[in-house]
Amino acid sequence: MAFTLPSLPYAHGALAESGMCQETLELHHGKHHQAYVTALNGFVEKDANLQGKSLEEIVKMSYGKPDMAGVFNNAGQHWNHNLFWPCMKPNGGGALPGKLEAKITSDFGSLDKFKDAFKQAGATQFGSGWAWLVVGKDGKLATAKTPNGSNPLAEGTGTAILGVDVWEHSYYLDFRNRRPDYLTNFLEKLVNWEYVDSLLAKA
Amino acid sequence: MIARRTALLAAGASLLIAPRALAQAAAPSGPFTLPPLPYAASANEAAIDAQTMEIHHGRHHAAYVANLNAAVAPHSQVAAMPLEQILARLAEMPEGVRTAIRNNGGGHANHAMFWSIMGGRGGEPSGELATAIARDFGSVATFREQFERASTTVFGSGWAFVTVTRDGTLAIAQKPNQDTPLMEGGRVLLGNDVWEHAYYLRYQNRRADYVRNWWTVLDWEKIGARYASAKAGTLTI
Repeated sequence: MAFTLPSLPYAHGALAESGMCQETLELHHGKHHQAYVTALNGFVEKDANLQGKSLEEIVKMSYGKPDMAGVFNNAGQHWNHNLFWPCMKPNGGGALPGKLEAKITSDFGSLDKFKDAFKQAGATQFGSGWAWLVVGKDGKLATAKTPNGSNPLAEGTGTAILGVDVWEHSYYLDFRNRRPDYLTNFLEKLVNWEYVDSLLAKA
Repeated sequence: MIARRTALLAAGASLLIAPRALAQAAAPSGPFTLPPLPYAASANEAAIDAQTMEIHHGRHHAAYVANLNAAVAPHSQVAAMPLEQILARLAEMPEGVRTAIRNNGGGHANHAMFWSIMGGRGGEPSGELATAIARDFGSVATFREQFERASTTVFGSGWAFVTVTRDGTLAIAQKPNQDTPLMEGGRVLLGNDVWEHAYYLRYQNRRADYVRNWWTVLDWEKIGARYASAKAGTLTI
């Protein structure tokens, strides 16, 4: 097994009070994410070129290659979910660590402007995909959106320090068609800002 | 059903010459409207629960219609065109609204087709269509297998389609998001929505189960009528 499903950093029912029910997390982590890992391992097993490569290397080498679409989709989704889980915590949201808030205010104008831009990115990603907060190559924070299994690592748009899954499986049981409500809830009640701050420090 | 489709088409065609103000008076939020479900929301219970049908039709499809109307509102020439022409001529659409028209116009056409071919009890195609399936796929079993594979392998949101040419040739196609073979000037015999919103409440991650069950609610009489229309050159969306 080249790759394994990481454990969630909280219980599957731990986010239920914050707008992500136990069933959503059990399916999302135990079925969807697991399926990406299983499929990715299947590709690695069959292809010597992928063996011994890191997840990041596989994401980058398969991006934009039609004959590696299956590899990219599953590697990308494994990477995306690995980032996503620790970006949330029980009773998340709330006040941001000082350095992170200062950086956001400096680069977006205000915390509210960042939140609007992030929600806009997520709401306008048509179909399945992700919305991101990235540290760009110029050192500035920016929001981004990517379709399906893609991500800023693949697209070379910067270092992702926050990601939200806007595939319908991420919110349909809790919010049905109301993706904007899911995104607002994500920012106000789910985000682990300390984790985002730690990624900013490393970026 | 065919008579009704034709009537709708005729109404759409008349918009080409009707002043836009008139069209607006008839339907203030138009020119496009959400077609009512042609059966009760529970009619497809064998494969799709009523709650899913209600949200899918009343929220998702309704949003595509509203967003399409908003996109075409400032462009009266576009607003006056039949949907299948708009989609076939996407490249000519005003750049600022082209993506909105693609996503929402595609969503409107796809869902209108989707509702119209369900409400039945499954079974087998018959007549000319059965002959065409045997000719183009070898057998109904092979046809189903290929269509199911197309449906389960769309990565992310999208559709699986059976396209039909003017001479009656059938083929299977996959499209991402709300794209449709109409965007290449093609015609759709039938299609299945494999966005997660189409099946998540009942099937969760098990798309393959949804795709397998979906056959049981198809109305092959209506699909057969679409096939005849395609050959007659009158099939639109």
